Amino acid sequence: MGMRIVIAKPGLDGHDRGAKVIARALRDAGHEVIYTGLRRKPSEIVRVIMDEDAVAVGLSTLSGAHNVLIPKVCEELISNNMGEIVVFAGGIIPEVDREFLYSLGVRAIFGPGTQTGSIIDFLEEVSERKKNDFEVGVGDNPGWRWD
Amino acid sequence: MGLTIIQRIEMAKEGNRRELGKLLSLVESGVKLPHNKSNPWVLGVTGPPGVGKSTLIGVMIEEWVNRGEKVAVLAVDPSSPKSGGALLGDRMRMSSADSSQSVFVRSLATRNHPGGLIPFLDHMINLLGLCGWSRIIIETVGGGQSEIRIVAFADRVMLVDGPDRGDIIQAEKAGIIELADLIVINKSDLPSAQNAANSIKKSFDYSNNNDKSVVLTSALNKTGISELIELVESLEVNQERNSLRIKERLLSAWDFSLLSNPSLNDILLDLESGTINLDEALSRLK
Repeated sequence: MGMRIVIAKPGLDGHDRGAKVIARALRDAGHEVIYTGLRRKPSEIVRVIMDEDAVAVGLSTLSGAHNVLIPKVCEELISNNMGEIVVFAGGIIPEVDREFLYSLGVRAIFGPGTQTGSIIDFLEEVSERKKNDFEVGVGDNPGWRWD
Repeated sequence: MGLTIIQRIEMAKEGNRRELGKLLSLVESGVKLPHNKSNPWVLGVTGPPGVGKSTLIGVMIEEWVNRGEKVAVLAVDPSSPKSGGALLGDRMRMSSADSSQSVFVRSLATRNHPGGLIPFLDHMINLLGLCGWSRIIIETVGGGQSEIRIVAFADRVMLVDGPDRGDIIQAEKAGIIELADLIVINKSDLPSAQNAANSIKKSFDYSNNNDKSVVLTSALNKTGISELIELVESLEVNQERNSLRIKERLLSAWDFSLLSNPSLNDILLDLESGTINLDEALSRLK
């Protein structure tokens, strides 16, 4: 069975075509996708993950504020004892910023041109790692990442 | 993580949303929670797609929260029969859902269980009631038999429609109108809304449905909302409709037990091959 996954749009960013395409692709791969809609605060996104008991969250940002918003979501997840949640990101995130985000426990970053299939492969790997108790949550050791 | 279900229920009752979220998943996976009956206040909301149900619920939530209620919503969307996946987008239209401590929204996919969500809904509602949620709303897209059965788990049912849709006739065909305690025509900011309300009222005059209110709201402009809340709050359980709903609940439970009967497949095969007839199949299922 598929996972419950939140697709979220943090901050002041009005573009969600990408997020919607991802949501649709994940649905077609058998996942239950909860889409937050536009302009959510990090605290609101964490609330959605909590209420919906999601396993993973995909953060889509194209506004350039990824270095502020994504860390906030990660911090709030950890401070709410939700370190097992898997965080991945997508949108416009330059290469130079990625290492920092990975160091916070973000497990994958998907840029323009990504095939939806590779996100689905990533989630399959996530589910395998969860089963085997390997690090994959935002609160686990940030060693493993999807490349 | 080492916690027993009883401990988790206690934590959820003390307001731990994380535990409540997890317990709801457990119930959804078929685990039966050992807890007391909570007799919660439940409203079922249904209607055709696109009439503004989620948006309307969003503004109703605000009004309720202002009145000091704690509102929980179970928003039901269909699972894809092909992939089993689902896109659950109702909560994005409930702008108040993600910040207030007095609101809890859970999106549910119908999944392709035999009997759908129905065997678990009762337990979910009970758990929410136990955790102090004073207004529980079940939202579902109306039309088919399974939706009727979902809203039949509420003690009050509100049917939402829009102007100029003609769908109310569909609802009448599907039997939802018989279960509904009140009809809301949303999008009253559009010119034809009043006409739609009038034609529904007229159709009620010809039938024995004349105790049902027809209300106009605009979730967009937030008009008619406090009147709607007043009306919903003052609804008295209609005995006739209540019997219908209880009958639907029993039928759901019956279907579920039929579909999960271990000898179902053998009986189906025997029916197919013609070795037994329907009467014999029924007596074997008993």
